[in-house]
Amino acid sequence: MRPLLSVEDLSIGFGKDNPVVRNVSFSVAAGETLAIVGESGSGKTISCRAILRILPRAARLTCGRMILAGKGDGGDDSGDLDLARISEKQMRHVRGNRIAMIFQEPMRSLSPLHRIGNQVSEVLHLHGRTSEAEAKRQVLECFERVGFPDPERTWRSYPFELSGGMRQRAMIAMAMVAKPELLIADEPTTALDVTTQAQVLGLMKELQQETGMAMILVTHDLGVVANMAEQVVVMHKGRVMEAGAAEPILRAPAHPYTQELFNAAPKIPQHPTAGRDTGTKGQDKDLILELKHVTKTFTLRSGKSWSKPTLVRACEGVDLELPRGTTLAIVGESGSGKTTAARIALGAETVDPGGEVLFRATAGADPLRVHDMERAARRAFQRQAQMVFQDPYSSLSPRQRILDTLSEPLEIHGTGSRANQRADHRDRAAEMLGLVGLPTDMLTRFPHAFSGGQRQRLSIARALMLDPKLLVCDEPTSALDVSVQEQILSLLEEIRDARQLSYLFISHDLAVVARIADEVAVMRRGMIVEQAPPEVLFHDPKHPYTKALIAAQPVPDVDRPINLKLVAQGAGAPENWPEAFRFAGQDAPPLVPLDPGHKVRCHV
Amino acid sequence: MEILRYALYRFGTMLLTLLLVSVLVFCIINLPPGDFLSNQIAELRATGQEAGVAKAEFLRREYALDKPLWQQYFIWMGLLPGPHGFSGMLQGNFGWSFEFDRPVSEIVGDSLWLTVLVNLAAVLFVYLVALPLGVLAAAKSRTMIDYTAAFIGYLGLATPNFLLALILFYYGHQYLGLPIGGLMAPEYEGEPMSWEKVRSILIHLIVPTFVIGTSGASAMMQRLRANMLDELGKPYVETAVAKGMRPSRMLMKYPLRVAFNPFVADIGNLLPAMVSGSVLVSVVLGLQTIGPVLLQALKSQDMFLSGFVLMFVALLTLIGTMISDVLLVLLDPRIRYESRDT
Repeated sequence: MRPLLSVEDLSIGFGKDNPVVRNVSFSVAAGETLAIVGESGSGKTISCRAILRILPRAARLTCGRMILAGKGDGGDDSGDLDLARISEKQMRHVRGNRIAMIFQEPMRSLSPLHRIGNQVSEVLHLHGRTSEAEAKRQVLECFERVGFPDPERTWRSYPFELSGGMRQRAMIAMAMVAKPELLIADEPTTALDVTTQAQVLGLMKELQQETGMAMILVTHDLGVVANMAEQVVVMHKGRVMEAGAAEPILRAPAHPYTQELFNAAPKIPQHPTAGRDTGTKGQDKDLILELKHVTKTFTLRSGKSWSKPTLVRACEGVDLELPRGTTLAIVGESGSGKTTAARIALGAETVDPGGEVLFRATAGADPLRVHDMERAARRAFQRQAQMVFQDPYSSLSPRQRILDTLSEPLEIHGTGSRANQRADHRDRAAEMLGLVGLPTDMLTRFPHAFSGGQRQRLSIARALMLDPKLLVCDEPTSALDVSVQEQILSLLEEIRDARQLSYLFISHDLAVVARIADEVAVMRRGMIVEQAPPEVLFHDPKHPYTKALIAAQPVPDVDRPINLKLVAQGAGAPENWPEAFRFAGQDAPPLVPLDPGHKVRCHV
Repeated sequence: MEILRYALYRFGTMLLTLLLVSVLVFCIINLPPGDFLSNQIAELRATGQEAGVAKAEFLRREYALDKPLWQQYFIWMGLLPGPHGFSGMLQGNFGWSFEFDRPVSEIVGDSLWLTVLVNLAAVLFVYLVALPLGVLAAAKSRTMIDYTAAFIGYLGLATPNFLLALILFYYGHQYLGLPIGGLMAPEYEGEPMSWEKVRSILIHLIVPTFVIGTSGASAMMQRLRANMLDELGKPYVETAVAKGMRPSRMLMKYPLRVAFNPFVADIGNLLPAMVSGSVLVSVVLGLQTIGPVLLQALKSQDMFLSGFVLMFVALLTLIGTMISDVLLVLLDPRIRYESRDT
């Protein structure tokens, strides 16, 4: 069959520099999905944008052809078009009309000041399709199709009134409303929660089957590829590494780079593996950190002083125990309260009366109440407990040299002898750089000289400067490429074992957690719904929400597609959960131990 | 309806602010030691003119300057009865100018609305010039058009206004026959309004508007350009292009709409900057605005006169910020809905 779009020998360069995309070719047929896979900097995004010629001003298409097949029906769009050569005016006719595009960040890809209905129906007006009333009818129909319960209301809404997943649905509606022949989706689900991602991917697939359009899906996630694509192109540094039908490539990647990507992708283990023996299974557990009945209520003040403020429960009755030298992971989607719990553990957030957090610096020491400390005790506690942040790009000051960033904690806590303080700090910083695997001559550089992975290593080095006993890691790898993520996780494991550290590990990614954690707590809307060691949790999940999380995780294995039914049930409202777990309002069942070490929130 | 309630609420807070400002203004005009009359009395005594002293003493009592300061304030505001009952700002009696020996309202009279006129003209000029130039400079950034606009803008910012005024007067008169100085031809001064007078005022307005407005316009243009450039990099602009919009239409509908907010928010700041900034220009151009009056009154410690002028400028500012606040709420749904629920 003749491809709908065939890109041949595409090269894109900036100015006189070497091209960033070199001789890339791919094609996609109607009704088919092509996935372009690669890490950041691979040129995958710029290649797909080149199709619609939405490129930075300095970028130049240096060679290549992009043939969009004509409809051959004798109409306006009958003939073939070379998208690299047609005029701007012809291009505008193609954009939004024959080829539509969905972008990565649904939060920012819609204008904040225009109503959704206006922005979506605009596509129809631009291409002179229909009258005002007919356009509105079509848009409302489209809203209903992509899953808005009340299309009329969506029509009147502004983007900031919708959640991330709903905004991406609005984007999809915008792309689909003109019934394009080709849909280009640039990381359409990367910014979404995993259950939302599963539902959005499912929706895209359904729409494709209904309309028979072709789809180009740009992604970094092999799991998404396995679930969506028939064809795949693997890119690296602007070149195609491997291309062909998805199934054989996913089953047996030929190119070493593809293999590397596969090995780096964290997976949820399919078969039970023996848990790491942490030697803490005995009766008196040596707990470094203990959260007892932690509840946190935030008051949302409405703008009007006379109306009643809204109360939001970010955490509700959270009990957690972290034995020394182990990793406790809290998993949940955005808004689950996982970050609030971590901040409470560090004393960065107060707790509601009745809850407390206990910290023991050494085995058998008297527990410190984190939320009830004198100034001096608090400073001492802060030396013992440090944090690694999510975004390595904004958590290091761009105006401080690495040496200054690293030695700042030492200065704040006034360690080292006064005489040769600077030399001491320097030695310590060099030691830590070595520990995280960076050359020590980088001390005088500024953060911008480092890649994302190196910066996260620096963040870890900074957290380790004071020789803490507890590290709280808030999504430390979610901003990184998979191969880098793998390295950072290994580093964290090594350091934990070498220095007898304990981690409180916050993540939305089950696969990451499966690898590093000794104990996993799944949180949803402020409550722990299930808690168990990973080998138990992933093979014998009891709670529907845990099942949904596991089912929603795209796995790079064509034989394990996302089970949308499980996702929809578990991620939905608690009223629709199976009998044993169902509850309405605030009457959640208690967290009960089903087996030793496996707690589930259910009615017994 | 919502917006009407907000406007009313905003008007209420404006009145409260104005009350606070009046306290501040009163403190400021009383900051220098002594007052106009006691200085005058001392001077008269020193030169042995006892006759004048009696009159000055009379005025002191007349305007309650012999009372404690807090009572003076309330009498000035018209919240307490003075020697002649309630007679203060609230009752529309703005006091007596000792320097000119006439009621304040009489001195300020014409120059009040001329000030408003000149500044409105200048604000309009600023917006009319800055809007198209700023958008153009952003759309064509890093091209000759952008650089030319920036160059002219910086010239406008860097040239001292009074110098610009003199140059414009000279060449304007020589080549275009524009009048020099004043806000109307001398024969219309003190005359009732007529078409001829309006025409004369409009012609006289050209140079002052240009002079007062240039620096504001170039600053505003640069700000709008910067805002637009920020917005142009945002993903929603790409979305609009991917829909197949023409660049010009896309520019107007999306980024300009967002970049417009700071532009509107500036209205409030623009007014006082112009009034105080145009004092020197007004002196040079011989405009009968309130600026020169304020300067004179402050120099001679003519407290009621300067107090009134300061209050007037504050009122202009507050009205400006109120207008921009209400406009912002109309323009930006995010601000509008924030107060409703989250």
